[in-house]
Amino acid sequence: MKFFGFAAGVAATLTLLSTTSAFAVTQISWWHAMTGANAEVVAKISKDFNASQSDYELVPVFKGTYPETLNAGIAAFRAGQAPDILQVFDVGTGVMMAAEGAIKPAADVLTSAGMTFDKSQYLPGIVGYYSKPDGTMLSFPYNSSSPILYYNKDIFQKAGLDVNSPPKTWNEVWEAAKKIKTSGAAPCGYTSTWLTWIHLENFAAWNDVPWATQQNGLAGGDVELKINAPIFVNHFQALADLAKDGTFKYGGRTSEAKQIFLAGECGIFTESSGGLGDIVKSGMNYGIGQLPYDSDAKGAPQNTTPGGASLWVFGNKSDEEYKGVAAFFAYLSNTDVQEYLHQKSGYLPVTLAAYEATKKSGFYDKNPGRETPILQMTGKAPTDNSKGVRLPNLPQVRDIQNEELEKMLAGQQTAQQALDNAVTRGNAAIKEALEN
Amino acid sequence: MAPQLAITLVFFYWPAGQALYQSMLRQDPFGLKSRFVWFANFRKVLADPAYLNSIKVTVVFSLATAIVAMVVALLLAVMAEKAVRGKGLYRTLLIWPYAVAPAIAGMLWLFLFNPSIGSLAYLLRSLGIAWDPLLNGTHAMVLLVSAAAWKQISYNFLFFVAGLQAVPKTLIEAAAMDGAGETKRFWTIVFPLLAPTTFFLLVVNTVYALFDTFGIVHAVTGGGPGKTTETLVYKVYNDGFVNLILGDSAAQSVILMAIVIALTAIQFRYVERKVHYG
Repeated sequence: MKFFGFAAGVAATLTLLSTTSAFAVTQISWWHAMTGANAEVVAKISKDFNASQSDYELVPVFKGTYPETLNAGIAAFRAGQAPDILQVFDVGTGVMMAAEGAIKPAADVLTSAGMTFDKSQYLPGIVGYYSKPDGTMLSFPYNSSSPILYYNKDIFQKAGLDVNSPPKTWNEVWEAAKKIKTSGAAPCGYTSTWLTWIHLENFAAWNDVPWATQQNGLAGGDVELKINAPIFVNHFQALADLAKDGTFKYGGRTSEAKQIFLAGECGIFTESSGGLGDIVKSGMNYGIGQLPYDSDAKGAPQNTTPGGASLWVFGNKSDEEYKGVAAFFAYLSNTDVQEYLHQKSGYLPVTLAAYEATKKSGFYDKNPGRETPILQMTGKAPTDNSKGVRLPNLPQVRDIQNEELEKMLAGQQTAQQALDNAVTRGNAAIKEALEN
Repeated sequence: MAPQLAITLVFFYWPAGQALYQSMLRQDPFGLKSRFVWFANFRKVLADPAYLNSIKVTVVFSLATAIVAMVVALLLAVMAEKAVRGKGLYRTLLIWPYAVAPAIAGMLWLFLFNPSIGSLAYLLRSLGIAWDPLLNGTHAMVLLVSAAAWKQISYNFLFFVAGLQAVPKTLIEAAAMDGAGETKRFWTIVFPLLAPTTFFLLVVNTVYALFDTFGIVHAVTGGGPGKTTETLVYKVYNDGFVNLILGDSAAQSVILMAIVIALTAIQFRYVERKVHYG
């Protein structure tokens, strides 16, 4: 009798539990890497999404820098505690794609929740980058950026350059930089953040030359780097020559060069469109131009590739959770949400409707230059060279490239040697990663 | 089971065993596929020029840091002994930097020597030195050693002051009466009597420079330019947590474990007996 009572109690509790859980709100966890103004955007979007419906509760959790967030997600997956949504930066895209058993494609999440996913409503350059070769969208684009050129108008004035026409080609950049240096308008002419992203990956796409074989790794398989072709060598030799007398100044591997530009040390600067906020805040009299292209390249300018980050959905979650994620992605695609995200954070809108709406509102007339990265990315339909780059170990390959470029800028090797070494070492590392 | 044994098992043997196991696996970052490869990761790591380079970097960095930190601390301690007034204040001020976290110490030095905005970098440039730790490996190493040594000076200072106070005044006074000058007295009496302190600090400083400077390297150079400041510990982090090559990274940490065991064995079995503890 006693046993029966116990069993009945358990059964009753179980029934109670299952019924309450049916009424309970499903929690959707979202691990992200956004700080400052961008973190406020995450908080507001989550709050608004939660207020817009009562079935799901989106819980955003800040997990550190981009690499830290990726590592946290990987470690959590290994421990069986993965979040529903993980924000992964562009460089980590290949890492995630290689882990097919760990993730659920964003397109599947949407369709299995009964939603239709119309690709034509999204900016093609961005969706293409986050899709498999067969076109299946794997992750949902959240914040996308593109490299552009910034210049200090006061320094241009002093150097006798036209303040209303920023240099369009790299040769024009070198000439303007030399003029800034020799005229004494500023101690240095040109500086840049992210040499690997801007001067290798985007340089290749913008000039329509291959960065690597297999559509820069997007078509998968055995990838070989192509960055020691003459067009890259000439470009980097010019940069190395300018570095000798300080006309070009190296700032570091990521975005450290921004402070050199903000301090007024250099007149011209290439950096992500997402870096605009700090430049606006500094009160500098700045101008924005398109990313320069190589005047020897036939197809230039082609289109630039997306940087930034996208949202990945982990596998082995419940249907309820996937429905919640799909609802959130649908919410995120709403025009007013995208418009808010674009105007507040400086990242690109991912839907065409949001872009059109922003245009209509007169935002670009008031904020010239904010449209430049979108025009760059969408100006032409992407070719095999300009859909983006993808490797299972892109962080490591970028490290190798940075090391060789630093040796070159320190005068220890020529551009040809640096890029040859980067190709040899990079190819070996890619091969190794594929064997794993 | 004794609690200390349980703690050792959970916090040492278990993770060490895991590292050993991981070091013989080839695995993708997510752990979806793994292969047991015996010692292939070790062979690969030991044949990698980048690893051999990081051994060299580590030796140079550790020795330079230990020597600079000890020489400066000894000098300051001898000076402190001589101070007639304000001895206490002088000592307190010198001990303060020890309370600063490594990453903060790194950031401080990074700011001072930042090529664009650093005040000391400005000074160096006005002296005609083309200071550029972002591209010049030697400059980067100097910066790293300065930051690492600066933080350790306080600790060494404390021990040298205590050591100096233990030197019998009668010996020094007797030597002075016999006509030995200050320098002579220091090298023939004080310095030999400080040997146990010096040896102890040498071990502590080397271990500090080897294993406790990750925060400084991470904050100041990140291993660059090129690979000129990538120490063994930093390489474990970089290969494992940035490049996600877990097998190589685990193999490297097992090698580091072997180095620590060897260092400890040398310390206890060999050198301890040779040093005369007055």
